Amino acid sequence: MGNMLANIFGSSPVMPLEKHVGLAYKCVSELRGFFAAAVTGNWEEASKFRSRIIELEHEADDLKKKIRLRLPKSLFMPVPREDLLELLLVQDKMANRAKDVSGIVFGRKMIIPPEIADEFVDFVDRNIDAAKQARKSVRELDELFTSGFRGAEVSLVESLLEELDQIETDTDDRQAALRASLFKVEKNLDPVNVMFLYKAIELTGEIADMAERVGRRLELLLSH
Amino acid sequence: MEAEFIYIGLAAVFGIFMAWGIGANDVANAMATSVGSKALTIKQAIVVAAVFEFLGAVLAGGAVTSTIRKGIVDSDLLVGSPELLIYGMLASLLAAGTWLLIASRNGWPVSTTHSIVGAIVGFAAVGIGIDAVQWSQVGTIVMSWVVSPLTAGFIAYLIYRSVQKLILSQDDPLAQAKRYVPVYIFFAAFTITLVTILKGLSHVGMEISLAASYLLATGIAVLIALVGMVAIQRIQPDPKIEKKQHFYTVERVFAVLMVVTACSMAFAHGSNDVANAIGPLAAVVSVAQSGIVGAKSALPIWVLIIGGAGIVIGLSTFGVHVISTVGKKITQLTPSRGFAAELAAATTIVIASGTGMPISTTHTLVGAVLGVGLARGIDAIDLRVVGRIFVSWVVTIPAGAFLAIVFFFIFKTVLP
Repeated sequence: MGNMLANIFGSSPVMPLEKHVGLAYKCVSELRGFFAAAVTGNWEEASKFRSRIIELEHEADDLKKKIRLRLPKSLFMPVPREDLLELLLVQDKMANRAKDVSGIVFGRKMIIPPEIADEFVDFVDRNIDAAKQARKSVRELDELFTSGFRGAEVSLVESLLEELDQIETDTDDRQAALRASLFKVEKNLDPVNVMFLYKAIELTGEIADMAERVGRRLELLLSH
Repeated sequence: MEAEFIYIGLAAVFGIFMAWGIGANDVANAMATSVGSKALTIKQAIVVAAVFEFLGAVLAGGAVTSTIRKGIVDSDLLVGSPELLIYGMLASLLAAGTWLLIASRNGWPVSTTHSIVGAIVGFAAVGIGIDAVQWSQVGTIVMSWVVSPLTAGFIAYLIYRSVQKLILSQDDPLAQAKRYVPVYIFFAAFTITLVTILKGLSHVGMEISLAASYLLATGIAVLIALVGMVAIQRIQPDPKIEKKQHFYTVERVFAVLMVVTACSMAFAHGSNDVANAIGPLAAVVSVAQSGIVGAKSALPIWVLIIGGAGIVIGLSTFGVHVISTVGKKITQLTPSRGFAAELAAATTIVIASGTGMPISTTHTLVGAVLGVGLARGIDAIDLRVVGRIFVSWVVTIPAGAFLAIVFFFIFKTVLP
């Protein structure tokens, strides 16, 4: 009897989800330092960033599992449990992509041709921006829950998501331009390296894609 | 009548035991909502509970006490043997108290009201005869156990929806909160005061006309709302925390309101659940002193004091622990949500007290919390636990009844 009132409250997924997106963003943001070192061929410095990325990705993964365990089917929540789990999944994928791309670049000690180095770094930055905007949007989750997914708070989140969409479109444009630039210089480069450069560009671009999917999931929550 | 003192002495001890159990568990649950939302500290909660439980019991607890005391057992059948009623009421008190102790030791969710009603029905039906139970009255009580959580849930839903519409979903929730929270304070104070005046005061021998009652309730409520308004105006936003949580200051405004609803909740609880301990006690005292069943005697004030004191002792010994554990676990119940649940539950309980219905305060509060949840106000509610709570009272009634029957036959053999 002592705890019967307390036990009807399941553990709220809201703050853990916000914490998770924070970890995912932090993981992604380490790519900035990683690529700054990689384009200059400073692999010792890059390896520090690489291990930080791996560490943060693990942390995010552990938190993801913990959140899942705390969300049994018997919970009654203002929004469908499935949507929250899906949101968690795409948040986690941002971190995964950061790990993947840093893995390819670091593992192959990939040489980024100086002709496209600046453009590449800018492209990475823009993807980090997308992840940051996704974090900013998800951090409104507690306010959304407080306001019952209604009114002014919803409009606020909608405007954040609109901005996220714009950033994602921008990364798409930059991705196309970067590929074109690489195409122009590719015949002078080692073909295998070029193949993996394309792969690295693709994986980096997926960070913004995942950020956009975080936005889509949030939008779905708003429409319930 | 030598036995008189034995009967009254035993009843007083059992009554304190029962009241202690209520204070340690039920009251703690009722106050934990306010502590969990940080509207009150634990110490403040205990002071509030002690004062308002007592006021509730004295001012508005008369009707429920009289239901427990003489509404369940048909006293006409006992005119020839008044001692049976004494044994039965003693047995019921001991049974309900014992069952509460066993249940709370094991962490089972049970209700004090369900145990005592089950116990009284049990001893009457088996110890005296099936006809000794006023079944129509018992039926009404059982109905009220179903209706009260539903009513509280419905009211809580409406209140919380209004909070969302008027305050939380607005562009400037803080300004809206400062404007509307005093209105909620008014309604909280008004409902409780009005029901007390209309239904309760006659039990302490005061009669006030209907118009005067409304006027008095309005006056008191306006006064309380004004005090609340001053407190609210003094709240200044903290931009640093605001940036992280836009509703931080808004919740602080609601915390003022929650102090008022916490008082209401303690008052409501006192008006309904204290009767579980002092109703049987009062019955024993009345029969033992007069020697006849159904004597029209007023409730002695020392009986009320025993009930109030037992609850305060229970609260300050074991209740403190319960409040802090429950309070820590229900942080989801922020002031804006918690007040809606408390106000809805308190209103429902006070109305039930006014009509003499012994209901479970905890179940009513659970119903209210679910109502807030249905308005999309709670992050996560565990439906398994909710199911367990509502099933638990089905078990509690036969358990209370069984123990009461055993004790009844023991007393019948042992006591003079």
